[in-house]
Amino acid sequence: MATVSTNEFRGGLKIMLDGEPCAIIENEIVKPGKGQAFNRVKIRKLISGKVLEKTFKSGESVEKAEVMDTDLAYLYNDGEFWHFMNNDTFEQIAADAKAIGDNEKWLVEQDVCVITLWDGNPIAVTPPNFVELEVTETDPGLKGDTAGTGGKPATLNTGAVVRVPLFIQIGEVIKVDTRTGEYVSRVK
Amino acid sequence: MTSTWQPTASIKTLKQRAAIIQQIRQFFYERKVMEVETPLLASAGVTDLYLENLITEFQGPGFATPKELYLQTSPEFAMKRLLAAGSGCIFQICKAARDDESGRYHNPEFSILEWYRIGFNHFDLIDEIDQLLQLVLSCEKAERYSYQAVFQQHLGIDPLTASAQELKLALMSQGEADLANMSDNKTDLLQFILSQCIEPKIGQSRPCVIYNFPAEQASLAKISKQDNRVAERFEIYYKGIELANGFHELTDSNEQAKRFEQDNKARVEAGKKPKPIDYNLLAALSAGLPDCAGVALGIDRLVMLALNKPHIDQVLSFNIHNC
Repeated sequence: MATVSTNEFRGGLKIMLDGEPCAIIENEIVKPGKGQAFNRVKIRKLISGKVLEKTFKSGESVEKAEVMDTDLAYLYNDGEFWHFMNNDTFEQIAADAKAIGDNEKWLVEQDVCVITLWDGNPIAVTPPNFVELEVTETDPGLKGDTAGTGGKPATLNTGAVVRVPLFIQIGEVIKVDTRTGEYVSRVK
Repeated sequence: MTSTWQPTASIKTLKQRAAIIQQIRQFFYERKVMEVETPLLASAGVTDLYLENLITEFQGPGFATPKELYLQTSPEFAMKRLLAAGSGCIFQICKAARDDESGRYHNPEFSILEWYRIGFNHFDLIDEIDQLLQLVLSCEKAERYSYQAVFQQHLGIDPLTASAQELKLALMSQGEADLANMSDNKTDLLQFILSQCIEPKIGQSRPCVIYNFPAEQASLAKISKQDNRVAERFEIYYKGIELANGFHELTDSNEQAKRFEQDNKARVEAGKKPKPIDYNLLAALSAGLPDCAGVALGIDRLVMLALNKPHIDQVLSFNIHNC
Protein backbone atom coordinates (compact mmCIF):
# COMPACT_ATOMS: atom_id res chain seq x y z
CA MET A 1 0.00 0.00 0.00
CA ALA A 2 1.55 3.27 -1.13
CA THR A 3 1.15 6.17 1.28
CA VAL A 4 1.70 9.90 1.06
CA SER A 5 2.52 12.30 3.87
CA THR A 6 0.55 15.51 4.36
CA ASN A 7 3.75 17.27 3.31
CA GLU A 8 3.11 15.99 -0.23
CA PHE A 9 -0.48 17.29 -0.31
CA ARG A 10 -1.30 19.57 -3.25
CA GLY A 11 -4.22 20.22 -5.55
CA GLY A 12 -4.89 17.22 -7.80
CA LEU A 13 -3.28 14.59 -5.54
CA LYS A 14 -5.43 11.45 -5.28
CA ILE A 15 -5.84 9.81 -1.88
CA MET A 16 -8.11 7.19 -0.30
CA LEU A 17 -10.72 8.29 2.21
CA ASP A 18 -13.39 5.99 3.69
CA GLY A 19 -12.52 3.41 1.03
CA GLU A 20 -13.19 5.82 -1.81
CA PRO A 21 -10.64 7.49 -4.09
CA CYS A 22 -10.64 11.27 -3.69
CA ALA A 23 -8.89 14.21 -5.31
CA ILE A 24 -7.48 17.06 -3.25
CA ILE A 25 -8.90 20.39 -4.40
CA GLU A 26 -7.27 22.72 -1.87
CA ASN A 27 -4.76 22.26 0.92
CA GLU A 28 -3.98 24.83 3.61
CA ILE A 29 -1.55 24.37 6.48
CA VAL A 30 -2.55 25.74 9.89
CA LYS A 31 0.06 26.08 12.62
CA PRO A 32 -1.30 27.62 15.79
CA GLY A 33 1.55 29.44 17.56
CA LYS A 34 2.98 26.82 19.84
CA GLY A 35 0.52 24.09 18.91
CA GLN A 36 0.17 21.00 16.75
CA ALA A 37 0.05 21.83 13.04
CA PHE A 38 -2.67 20.43 10.80
CA ASN A 39 -3.79 20.48 7.18
CA ARG A 40 -7.21 21.77 6.18
CA VAL A 41 -8.07 19.96 2.99
CA LYS A 42 -10.94 20.32 0.55
CA ILE A 43 -11.53 17.00 -1.15
CA ARG A 44 -13.70 15.70 -3.98
CA LYS A 45 -14.81 12.09 -3.71
CA LEU A 46 -14.27 10.73 -7.19
CA ILE A 47 -17.12 8.19 -7.25
CA SER A 48 -19.92 10.06 -5.49
CA GLY A 49 -18.65 13.47 -6.63
CA LYS A 50 -19.22 14.83 -3.12
CA VAL A 51 -17.02 17.69 -1.98
CA LEU A 52 -16.09 17.76 1.68
CA GLU A 53 -13.61 19.28 4.10
CA LYS A 54 -11.27 17.18 6.12
CA THR A 55 -8.56 17.97 8.65
CA PHE A 56 -5.36 15.92 8.93
CA LYS A 57 -2.64 16.08 11.54
CA SER A 58 0.49 17.43 9.82
CA GLY A 59 3.06 14.76 9.15
CA GLU A 60 0.41 12.02 9.10
CA SER A 61 0.45 9.59 6.20
CA VAL A 62 -2.60 8.52 4.23
CA GLU A 63 -3.14 5.87 1.60
CA LYS A 64 -2.53 7.00 -1.95
CA ALA A 65 -5.29 6.25 -4.46
CA GLU A 66 -4.06 4.45 -7.54
CA VAL A 67 -5.98 6.76 -9.80
CA MET A 68 -4.90 7.98 -13.21
CA ASP A 69 -6.45 10.04 -15.96
CA THR A 70 -6.18 8.80 -19.51
CA ASP A 71 -7.32 10.29 -22.84
CA LEU A 72 -9.58 7.89 -24.74
CA ALA A 73 -11.82 8.29 -27.78
CA TYR A 74 -15.52 7.46 -27.39
CA LEU A 75 -16.64 4.60 -29.69
CA TYR A 76 -20.19 3.42 -28.99
CA ASN A 77 -22.76 2.32 -26.42
CA ASP A 78 -23.88 -1.32 -26.53
CA GLY A 79 -26.89 -0.75 -24.33
CA GLU A 80 -25.04 -1.59 -21.12
CA PHE A 81 -21.51 -0.25 -21.47
CA TRP A 82 -19.90 2.73 -23.13
CA HIS A 83 -16.77 1.76 -25.03
CA PHE A 84 -13.65 3.92 -25.33
CA MET A 85 -10.40 3.36 -27.19
CA ASN A 86 -6.83 4.50 -26.77
CA ASN A 87 -5.98 6.00 -30.18
CA ASP A 88 -2.29 5.07 -29.82
CA THR A 89 -2.50 1.48 -28.59
CA PHE A 90 -6.07 0.69 -29.82
CA GLU A 91 -6.68 -0.80 -26.39
CA GLN A 92 -10.37 -0.60 -25.46
CA ILE A 93 -12.07 0.03 -22.13
CA ALA A 94 -15.75 -0.25 -21.20
CA ALA A 95 -17.31 2.14 -18.67
CA ASP A 96 -20.57 1.46 -16.85
CA ALA A 97 -23.49 3.82 -16.24
CA LYS A 98 -22.13 4.83 -12.82
CA ALA A 99 -18.87 6.04 -14.34
CA ILE A 100 -20.69 7.87 -17.13
CA GLY A 101 -23.02 9.62 -14.68
CA ASP A 102 -24.79 12.59 -16.27
CA ASN A 103 -22.31 12.82 -19.11
CA GLU A 104 -23.94 10.51 -21.64
CA LYS A 105 -25.55 13.50 -23.31
CA TRP A 106 -22.13 14.95 -24.16
CA LEU A 107 -20.60 11.82 -25.68
CA VAL A 108 -19.87 12.20 -29.38
CA GLU A 109 -18.27 9.39 -31.34
CA GLN A 110 -14.54 9.92 -31.90
CA ASP A 111 -14.38 12.75 -29.32
CA VAL A 112 -11.48 12.29 -26.91
CA CYS A 113 -12.64 12.17 -23.28
CA VAL A 114 -10.69 11.93 -20.02
CA ILE A 115 -11.35 8.58 -18.37
CA THR A 116 -10.38 8.33 -14.71
CA LEU A 117 -9.19 4.85 -13.81
CA TRP A 118 -8.98 3.51 -10.26
CA ASP A 119 -6.98 0.29 -10.05
CA GLY A 120 -7.48 0.07 -13.81
CA ASN A 121 -11.29 0.42 -13.73
CA PRO A 122 -13.09 3.49 -15.09
CA ILE A 123 -14.78 5.50 -12.31
CA ALA A 124 -15.41 8.80 -14.09
CA VAL A 125 -15.66 10.14 -17.61
CA THR A 126 -15.04 13.81 -18.39
CA PRO A 127 -16.17 14.91 -21.85
CA PRO A 128 -14.22 17.55 -23.81
CA ASN A 129 -14.97 21.12 -22.65
CA PHE A 130 -16.70 21.82 -25.96
CA VAL A 131 -18.73 19.45 -28.12
CA GLU A 132 -20.54 19.96 -31.42
CA LEU A 133 -24.06 18.55 -31.62
CA GLU A 134 -26.93 18.68 -34.05
CA VAL A 135 -30.31 20.21 -33.17
CA THR A 136 -33.01 17.58 -33.67
CA GLU A 137 -35.94 19.42 -32.18
CA THR A 138 -36.76 23.06 -31.46
CA ASP A 139 -39.58 25.54 -32.07
CA PRO A 140 -39.30 27.40 -35.35
CA GLY A 141 -37.52 30.69 -34.68
CA LEU A 142 -38.82 34.10 -35.56
CA LYS A 143 -37.27 35.54 -38.71
CA GLY A 144 -35.08 38.54 -38.06
CA ASP A 145 -34.41 37.71 -34.43
CA THR A 146 -30.68 38.00 -33.82
CA ALA A 147 -28.77 37.65 -30.62
CA GLY A 148 -31.81 36.33 -28.82
CA THR A 149 -33.79 37.59 -25.92
CA GLY A 150 -34.09 34.60 -23.64
CA GLY A 151 -33.73 31.93 -26.24
CA LYS A 152 -35.66 28.68 -26.49
CA PRO A 153 -34.99 25.06 -25.59
CA ALA A 154 -33.45 22.80 -28.23
CA THR A 155 -33.02 19.04 -28.10
CA LEU A 156 -29.74 17.77 -29.52
CA ASN A 157 -28.92 14.47 -31.22
CA THR A 158 -27.55 12.99 -27.97
CA GLY A 159 -30.72 13.88 -26.06
CA ALA A 160 -29.17 16.91 -24.35
CA VAL A 161 -31.46 19.93 -23.99
CA VAL A 162 -29.86 23.37 -24.05
CA ARG A 163 -31.14 26.91 -24.42
CA VAL A 164 -30.33 28.33 -27.83
CA PRO A 165 -30.98 31.70 -29.50
CA LEU A 166 -34.28 31.97 -31.40
CA PHE A 167 -32.62 31.89 -34.83
CA ILE A 168 -31.30 28.34 -34.41
CA GLN A 169 -33.16 25.84 -36.60
CA ILE A 170 -33.56 22.06 -36.66
CA GLY A 171 -30.64 20.41 -38.46
CA GLU A 172 -28.08 23.03 -37.47
CA VAL A 173 -24.89 22.03 -35.60
CA ILE A 174 -24.07 24.03 -32.48
CA LYS A 175 -21.10 24.23 -30.09
CA VAL A 176 -21.91 23.63 -26.40
CA ASP A 177 -19.80 24.09 -23.26
CA THR A 178 -20.14 20.77 -21.40
CA ARG A 179 -19.03 22.27 -18.09
CA THR A 180 -21.97 24.67 -17.94
CA GLY A 181 -24.35 23.05 -20.44
CA GLU A 182 -24.58 26.37 -22.29
CA TYR A 183 -24.81 27.18 -25.98
CA VAL A 184 -21.62 28.81 -27.29
CA SER A 185 -22.06 29.35 -31.03
CA ARG A 186 -23.40 28.07 -34.32
CA VAL A 187 -21.03 25.77 -36.25
CA LYS A 188 -20.93 26.66 -39.93
CA MET B 1 11.97 24.52 -16.25
CA THR B 2 10.57 28.02 -15.93
CA SER B 3 12.91 30.38 -14.16
CA THR B 4 11.71 31.81 -10.88
CA TRP B 5 14.58 34.21 -10.27
CA GLN B 6 12.32 37.19 -9.70
CA PRO B 7 11.30 38.29 -6.19
CA THR B 8 7.96 37.07 -4.87
CA ALA B 9 7.22 40.56 -3.48
CA SER B 10 6.99 43.54 -5.82
CA ILE B 11 9.70 46.19 -5.59
CA LYS B 12 6.99 48.63 -4.49
CA THR B 13 6.13 46.32 -1.57
CA LEU B 14 9.78 45.96 -0.63
CA LYS B 15 10.11 49.76 -0.50
CA GLN B 16 7.08 49.95 1.80
CA ARG B 17 8.54 47.14 3.91
CA ALA B 18 11.82 49.04 4.27
CA ALA B 19 9.88 52.10 5.46
CA ILE B 20 8.08 50.02 8.11
CA ILE B 21 11.36 48.60 9.42
CA GLN B 22 12.70 52.15 9.57
CA GLN B 23 9.62 53.18 11.54
CA ILE B 24 10.14 50.33 14.03
CA ARG B 25 13.79 51.27 14.61
CA GLN B 26 12.80 54.91 15.15
CA PHE B 27 10.17 53.78 17.69
CA PHE B 28 12.82 52.08 19.81
CA TYR B 29 15.51 54.77 19.40
CA GLU B 30 13.01 57.30 20.75
CA ARG B 31 12.46 55.07 23.78
CA LYS B 32 16.21 54.55 24.33
CA VAL B 33 15.99 50.80 23.73
CA MET B 34 19.31 49.48 22.38
CA GLU B 35 19.45 47.49 19.16
CA VAL B 36 21.42 44.24 19.45
CA GLU B 37 22.43 41.33 17.27
CA THR B 38 22.73 37.77 18.55
CA PRO B 39 23.84 34.57 16.78
CA LEU B 40 21.53 32.70 14.44
CA LEU B 41 23.64 29.58 15.09
CA ALA B 42 23.70 28.20 18.62
CA SER B 43 24.80 25.01 20.35
CA ALA B 44 21.27 24.32 21.67
CA GLY B 45 17.79 24.72 20.29
CA VAL B 46 14.32 24.85 21.83
CA THR B 47 12.66 21.98 23.66
CA ASP B 48 9.07 22.93 22.69
CA LEU B 49 6.91 19.98 21.64
CA TYR B 50 5.78 21.66 18.42
CA LEU B 51 8.81 23.77 17.49
CA GLU B 52 11.58 22.26 15.41
CA ASN B 53 15.01 23.74 14.78
CA LEU B 54 16.78 23.49 11.48
CA ILE B 55 20.17 21.97 12.24
CA THR B 56 23.48 22.41 10.50
CA GLU B 57 27.14 21.67 11.29
CA PHE B 58 30.36 23.61 11.40
CA GLN B 59 33.68 22.03 10.58
CA GLY B 60 36.85 24.09 10.53
CA PRO B 61 39.55 25.64 12.71
CA GLY B 62 38.94 24.56 16.30
CA PHE B 63 36.27 22.09 15.23
CA ALA B 64 38.00 19.13 13.57
CA THR B 65 34.92 17.06 14.42
CA PRO B 66 31.85 18.79 13.02
CA LYS B 67 29.91 20.73 15.67
CA GLU B 68 26.15 20.47 15.49
CA LEU B 69 24.54 23.91 15.44
CA TYR B 70 20.90 24.87 15.81
CA LEU B 71 19.45 27.72 13.78
CA GLN B 72 17.48 29.74 16.31
CA THR B 73 13.68 29.67 16.22
CA SER B 74 13.80 33.08 17.96
CA PRO B 75 16.62 35.13 19.51
CA GLU B 76 15.10 34.75 23.00
CA PHE B 77 17.78 32.76 24.81
CA ALA B 78 20.71 34.87 23.62
CA MET B 79 18.85 38.12 24.34
CA LYS B 80 18.14 36.97 27.88
CA ARG B 81 21.85 36.29 28.36
CA LEU B 82 22.51 39.90 27.33
CA LEU B 83 19.88 41.11 29.80
CA ALA B 84 21.48 39.05 32.58
CA ALA B 85 24.86 40.54 31.60
CA GLY B 86 23.49 44.05 32.18
CA SER B 87 22.50 45.25 28.70
CA GLY B 88 19.44 47.16 29.84
CA CYS B 89 16.36 47.31 27.56
CA ILE B 90 17.10 45.79 24.14
CA PHE B 91 15.46 45.08 20.80
CA GLN B 92 16.46 43.05 17.79
CA ILE B 93 15.29 42.70 14.21
CA CYS B 94 16.61 39.41 12.86
CA LYS B 95 15.99 36.26 10.90
CA ALA B 96 14.77 33.12 12.63
CA ALA B 97 14.23 29.67 11.16
CA ARG B 98 11.80 26.87 11.89
CA ASP B 99 11.69 23.44 10.36
CA ASP B 100 8.34 22.03 9.28
CA GLU B 101 6.59 25.39 8.88
CA SER B 102 5.55 26.61 5.46
CA GLY B 103 2.27 28.01 4.23
CA ARG B 104 0.24 31.14 3.81
CA TYR B 105 1.51 32.66 7.07
CA HIS B 106 4.78 30.75 7.36
CA ASN B 107 8.09 30.66 5.58
CA PRO B 108 10.78 28.41 7.13
CA GLU B 109 13.04 31.47 7.37
CA PHE B 110 11.31 34.62 8.57
CA SER B 111 11.89 37.96 10.28
CA ILE B 112 11.30 38.59 13.95
CA LEU B 113 11.15 41.74 16.00
CA GLU B 114 11.91 40.84 19.59
CA TRP B 115 12.27 43.22 22.50
CA TYR B 116 12.71 43.22 26.28
CA ARG B 117 11.75 45.91 28.76
CA ILE B 118 13.27 45.84 32.23
CA GLY B 119 10.85 46.56 35.07
CA PHE B 120 7.80 46.01 32.82
CA ASN B 121 5.20 43.35 33.51
CA HIS B 122 3.19 41.83 30.66
CA PHE B 123 0.49 44.51 30.89
CA ASP B 124 3.04 47.35 30.60
CA LEU B 125 4.50 45.64 27.56
CA ILE B 126 1.06 45.16 25.98
CA ASP B 127 0.59 48.95 26.26
CA GLU B 128 3.84 49.53 24.41
CA ILE B 129 3.06 46.99 21.66
CA ASP B 130 -0.32 48.67 21.27
CA GLN B 131 1.43 51.98 20.58
CA LEU B 132 3.70 50.35 18.01
CA LEU B 133 0.77 48.68 16.24
CA GLN B 134 -1.22 51.91 16.15
CA LEU B 135 1.82 53.61 14.62
CA VAL B 136 2.61 50.99 11.96
CA LEU B 137 -0.89 49.77 11.14
CA SER B 138 -2.83 53.01 11.75
CA CYS B 139 -5.28 50.86 13.70
CA GLU B 140 -7.35 51.52 16.81
CA LYS B 141 -6.29 50.64 20.33
CA ALA B 142 -6.26 46.88 20.92
CA GLU B 143 -9.07 45.14 22.77
CA ARG B 144 -8.02 42.88 25.66
CA TYR B 145 -9.51 39.68 27.07
CA SER B 146 -8.22 37.08 29.43
CA TYR B 147 -7.87 33.57 27.99
CA GLN B 148 -10.61 32.43 30.34
CA ALA B 149 -13.00 35.25 29.40
CA VAL B 150 -12.63 34.76 25.66
CA PHE B 151 -13.46 31.04 25.92
CA GLN B 152 -16.44 31.75 28.14
CA GLN B 153 -17.72 34.48 25.83
CA HIS B 154 -17.46 32.53 22.57
CA LEU B 155 -18.04 28.93 23.63
CA GLY B 156 -19.43 29.11 27.15
CA ILE B 157 -16.67 26.90 28.54
CA ASP B 158 -14.07 27.57 31.21
CA PRO B 159 -10.68 26.59 29.75
CA LEU B 160 -9.13 26.36 33.21
CA THR B 161 -11.56 23.75 34.55
CA ALA B 162 -12.97 21.98 31.46
CA SER B 163 -12.01 18.35 30.92
CA ALA B 164 -10.54 17.05 27.66
CA GLN B 165 -13.91 15.38 26.99
CA GLU B 166 -15.76 18.71 27.36
CA LEU B 167 -13.29 20.37 25.02
CA LYS B 168 -13.83 17.61 22.44
CA LEU B 169 -17.58 18.13 22.64
CA ALA B 170 -17.09 21.87 22.17
CA LEU B 171 -15.01 21.20 19.04
CA MET B 172 -17.62 18.79 17.68
CA SER B 173 -20.40 21.31 18.25
CA GLN B 174 -18.39 23.69 16.05
CA GLY B 175 -18.18 21.10 13.26
CA GLU B 176 -14.58 20.19 14.09
CA ALA B 177 -14.85 16.44 14.67
CA ASP B 178 -11.53 15.79 12.91
CA LEU B 179 -9.73 18.10 15.34
CA ALA B 180 -11.59 16.66 18.32
CA ASN B 181 -10.34 13.21 17.34
CA MET B 182 -6.79 14.34 16.71
CA SER B 183 -5.69 14.49 20.35
CA ASP B 184 -6.70 13.57 23.90
CA ASN B 185 -4.41 16.19 25.33
CA LYS B 186 -6.13 19.18 26.93
CA THR B 187 -3.50 21.67 25.78
CA ASP B 188 -3.74 20.49 22.15
CA LEU B 189 -7.52 20.75 22.26
CA LEU B 190 -7.43 24.25 23.77
CA GLN B 191 -5.05 25.34 21.03
CA PHE B 192 -7.36 23.93 18.34
CA ILE B 193 -10.35 25.77 19.83
CA LEU B 194 -8.50 29.05 20.20
CA SER B 195 -7.08 29.01 16.68
CA GLN B 196 -10.13 27.67 14.82
CA CYS B 197 -13.21 28.66 16.82
CA ILE B 198 -12.15 31.88 18.56
CA GLU B 199 -9.39 33.54 16.50
CA PRO B 200 -11.66 34.03 13.45
CA LYS B 201 -14.12 35.94 15.66
CA ILE B 202 -11.74 38.26 17.49
CA GLY B 203 -9.46 41.09 16.45
CA GLN B 204 -11.18 41.73 13.15
CA SER B 205 -11.61 45.50 13.33
CA ARG B 206 -8.80 46.17 15.82
CA PRO B 207 -5.98 44.05 17.30
CA CYS B 208 -6.96 41.73 20.13
CA VAL B 209 -4.76 40.75 23.06
CA ILE B 210 -5.43 37.48 24.88
CA TYR B 211 -3.59 37.34 28.21
CA ASN B 212 -3.11 34.94 31.11
CA PHE B 213 -2.76 31.66 29.23
CA PRO B 214 -3.26 28.40 31.15
CA ALA B 215 -0.21 27.49 33.26
CA GLU B 216 0.34 24.37 31.10
CA GLN B 217 1.05 26.78 28.21
CA ALA B 218 3.32 29.02 30.29
CA SER B 219 6.27 28.47 27.95
CA LEU B 220 8.85 30.95 29.34
CA ALA B 221 6.40 33.09 31.31
CA LYS B 222 6.01 33.54 35.06
CA ILE B 223 3.09 31.82 36.76
CA SER B 224 0.66 34.43 38.07
CA LYS B 225 0.93 35.15 41.80
CA GLN B 226 -2.81 35.94 41.94
CA ASP B 227 -3.94 32.72 40.24
CA ASN B 228 -1.50 29.85 39.84
CA ARG B 229 -3.68 28.27 37.17
CA VAL B 230 -2.53 30.90 34.68
CA ALA B 231 0.76 32.18 33.30
CA GLU B 232 1.65 35.79 32.53
CA ARG B 233 1.79 35.09 28.82
CA PHE B 234 -0.14 36.86 26.05
CA GLU B 235 -0.69 36.68 22.33
CA ILE B 236 -1.90 39.32 19.91
CA TYR B 237 -4.23 38.58 17.00
CA TYR B 238 -5.36 40.83 14.19
CA LYS B 239 -7.50 39.99 11.16
CA GLY B 240 -6.98 36.26 11.62
CA ILE B 241 -3.22 36.55 11.99
CA GLU B 242 -1.32 35.57 15.10
CA LEU B 243 1.05 38.49 15.35
CA ALA B 244 2.96 38.40 18.63
CA ASN B 245 3.65 36.27 21.68
CA GLY B 246 4.97 37.75 24.90
CA PHE B 247 5.77 36.95 28.50
CA HIS B 248 6.37 38.49 31.86
CA GLU B 249 9.61 36.57 31.78
CA LEU B 250 10.39 33.62 33.99
CA THR B 251 13.56 34.46 35.93
CA ASP B 252 13.83 31.35 38.11
CA SER B 253 16.58 29.10 36.78
CA ASN B 254 15.36 25.96 38.60
CA GLU B 255 11.82 26.39 37.31
CA GLN B 256 13.19 26.96 33.80
CA ALA B 257 15.28 23.77 33.99
CA LYS B 258 12.18 21.88 35.14
CA ARG B 259 10.15 23.17 32.17
CA PHE B 260 12.87 22.16 29.71
CA GLU B 261 12.84 18.67 31.20
CA GLN B 262 9.03 18.48 31.06
CA ASP B 263 9.15 19.56 27.41
CA ASN B 264 11.64 16.84 26.60
CA LYS B 265 9.54 14.28 28.42
CA ALA B 266 6.52 15.32 26.31
CA ARG B 267 8.66 15.09 23.16
CA VAL B 268 9.73 11.55 23.98
CA GLU B 269 6.11 10.56 24.74
CA ALA B 270 5.10 11.94 21.34
CA GLY B 271 7.82 9.87 19.68
CA LYS B 272 10.13 12.83 19.04
CA LYS B 273 13.80 13.18 19.89
CA PRO B 274 14.59 15.16 23.06
CA LYS B 275 16.58 18.35 22.46
CA PRO B 276 19.80 19.45 24.16
CA ILE B 277 19.07 21.93 26.94
CA ASP B 278 20.58 25.42 26.71
CA TYR B 279 22.77 25.49 29.83
CA ASN B 280 24.06 28.95 28.94
CA LEU B 281 20.55 30.28 29.40
CA LEU B 282 20.12 28.45 32.71
CA ALA B 283 23.49 29.83 33.93
CA ALA B 284 22.43 33.35 32.94
CA LEU B 285 19.15 32.97 34.86
CA SER B 286 21.08 31.72 37.89
CA ALA B 287 23.36 34.76 37.68
CA GLY B 288 20.23 36.90 37.67
CA LEU B 289 17.85 37.96 34.92
CA PRO B 290 16.34 41.34 35.82
CA ASP B 291 12.57 41.38 36.18
CA CYS B 292 11.36 42.10 32.63
CA ALA B 293 8.77 41.47 29.97
CA GLY B 294 9.56 40.46 26.41
CA VAL B 295 7.75 39.83 23.17
CA ALA B 296 8.41 38.37 19.72
CA LEU B 297 6.50 39.81 16.80
CA GLY B 298 6.47 38.46 13.25
CA ILE B 299 7.65 41.24 10.97
CA ASP B 300 6.52 39.55 7.76
CA ARG B 301 3.03 39.23 9.17
CA LEU B 302 3.08 42.83 10.38
CA VAL B 303 3.97 43.91 6.84
CA MET B 304 1.20 41.68 5.44
CA LEU B 305 -1.28 43.48 7.69
CA ALA B 306 0.10 46.95 6.99
CA LEU B 307 0.00 46.45 3.22
CA ASN B 308 -3.07 44.21 3.12
CA LYS B 309 -1.27 41.27 1.47
CA PRO B 310 -2.98 37.88 1.88
CA HIS B 311 0.10 35.65 1.49
CA ILE B 312 3.50 35.87 3.19
CA ASP B 313 5.21 35.34 -0.20
CA GLN B 314 3.94 38.75 -1.24
CA VAL B 315 6.06 40.50 1.40
CA LEU B 316 9.24 38.38 1.08
CA SER B 317 11.99 39.06 -1.42
CA PHE B 318 12.38 35.35 -2.08
CA ASN B 319 10.55 32.45 -0.47
CA ILE B 320 11.51 28.85 0.24
CA HIS B 321 10.60 27.85 -3.33
CA ASN B 322 12.95 30.27 -5.09
CA CYS B 323 15.58 31.01 -2.46
